Amino acid sequence: MPIEAKAFKFGDDINTDYIISGKYKFKSNDMDDMAHHAMEELDPNYYDRVSPEGGFLVAGKNFGMGSSREQAPLVLIHSNTKAVIAKSFARIFYRNAINTGLPVVECDTDGIDEGDELSLDMDAGILKDLTKGTEIPFAPLPPVMAKLLADGGLAAHFRKNGGFAL
Amino acid sequence: MGKTIAEKIFSNHAGQDAHAGDIVIADVDFVMSQDGTSALAIDAIADMGADGVFDSDRVAMVMDHSCPSPLEGVSAIHAKMREFGKESGVHIYDWGCGVCHQLLPESGKIVCGDLVVGCDSHTCTYGALNIFSTGVGSTDGAAAMVSGKLWFKVPETIKVVYTGALPTGVFSKDLILYLAGQIGADGATYKALEFCGPVIDELSVDARMTISNMAIEVGAKAGLMKADEKTLAFFADAERTPNPQAPDDDAVYCDEITIDASSVVPQVAKPHAVDNVSPIDEVAGTPIAEGYLGTCTNGRVEDFAVAAQILDGKHIHPDCRMVVAPASRDIYLACMERGYIQTLVEAGACIVTPGCGPCVGTHNGVPSNGENVISTANRNFKGRMGNSEAFIYLGSPATVAASMLEARITDPREYL
Repeated sequence: MPIEAKAFKFGDDINTDYIISGKYKFKSNDMDDMAHHAMEELDPNYYDRVSPEGGFLVAGKNFGMGSSREQAPLVLIHSNTKAVIAKSFARIFYRNAINTGLPVVECDTDGIDEGDELSLDMDAGILKDLTKGTEIPFAPLPPVMAKLLADGGLAAHFRKNGGFAL
Repeated sequence: MGKTIAEKIFSNHAGQDAHAGDIVIADVDFVMSQDGTSALAIDAIADMGADGVFDSDRVAMVMDHSCPSPLEGVSAIHAKMREFGKESGVHIYDWGCGVCHQLLPESGKIVCGDLVVGCDSHTCTYGALNIFSTGVGSTDGAAAMVSGKLWFKVPETIKVVYTGALPTGVFSKDLILYLAGQIGADGATYKALEFCGPVIDELSVDARMTISNMAIEVGAKAGLMKADEKTLAFFADAERTPNPQAPDDDAVYCDEITIDASSVVPQVAKPHAVDNVSPIDEVAGTPIAEGYLGTCTNGRVEDFAVAAQILDGKHIHPDCRMVVAPASRDIYLACMERGYIQTLVEAGACIVTPGCGPCVGTHNGVPSNGENVISTANRNFKGRMGNSEAFIYLGSPATVAASMLEARITDPREYL
């Protein structure tokens, strides 16, 4: 099923400290609470703008660089971010996103502007910019990750299979 | 076809001939998490329906990011870790033990040739000890704790050769900052680095760990080095027998970078990115309000030695203050025994509990608005030390110590 939502556009090299600052990591383990601080360093209103109707976080290269904190994909999920669409991802964030059930799409994002209405179908591998009337090709997830995402993340995969069944 | 260090370690742990690009499910030798990542890992273990860990002697949880606890929320996380330790039998390192990336190598529980994952991005530090170690999130960590296994894509490797010799006043920190400036924050994403050459051979184990520690700052999955007699001496009292893995002569690398260390000068990473690197003369004179000596990058005995050498008999400038955190209790004791702590305290430094606090901005030295900090840490992102309105510069322990004498960024070669 395609998901439709607006694009919220950011630049290159967005690190995990910007996604959720280390100073909040310890204040709470409640992700709904922490989500209010998502992307705060770059856009203090991110949560308020995205959470009511949901949105796609669109970025440039190397999204999620830096720390291993899984709070980063979790606060995005809890701020109603439907997927992250970026030119490239840092390795640990990419794994953490799949493990926690946040879809990630690697593609050319130059043609997407802030506020564009996007439609994403992960299963079919189709991303459309409805505002521009364009379709943006993207490489499918590696099969291992597609399986984990389809199972609802790594914990659910383990619960279902009693361990790795990839 | 010959193999890199990474391919050899994965072959040994996956029960198959592993080459770059292969997806493998590999046995892990050790799994670690810290107080910023353990709570999610403990929750994930429960969510997986598991009733314990695969081997409690091969799992550790370390309280280091916020110790002693400055907040009720942190105290609750620490209590949860202690409770999990009692239930599961995993090793718990409590307040004051030190930074996870110093404690694991000191523990004797990991050795050359191992495959180690840790819920902290700087887990790559043990690459200097010929260990394939990499950072993962809490759910990956939980899966490894429960099953003793994790899936990996075997990385391609970039070979980084340091030729020549280190000039006076230039340290391993300068070598890795220089590389970050050259290849950028995503210069090695999804890849392993193999550091080698005569300069690496000459470095102490401590100095090598500084380089591998920052492999993640260029996106790398690991920052590996061969084992030599110094590495094996480091593991002389280890609980297990090291199994060194050297690359084959015909190993295939995806890229090779050669850096002439003789021409490298002290380097400084400027706000707010680790790859925003300049030679020191371009930033010398920048006013500094706070200095920080410590972290998993540069909180070891020889880092304290050079800082003490520069500050011996002197006092830090009245316009700045200095925070110091040894990377572990053992290092703290060794530095006391050698008089370094005495020297630093007499020079006016604040010594804080071994741990990560100032670097991650949880407590112990949050700068105020508009202030410049010079730190021996590995990251200078906006807000990193707990204040988004502060500016963080990164340099070697010598650069930090020299800068404390003048309250501005200072070339350490003037004091060595």
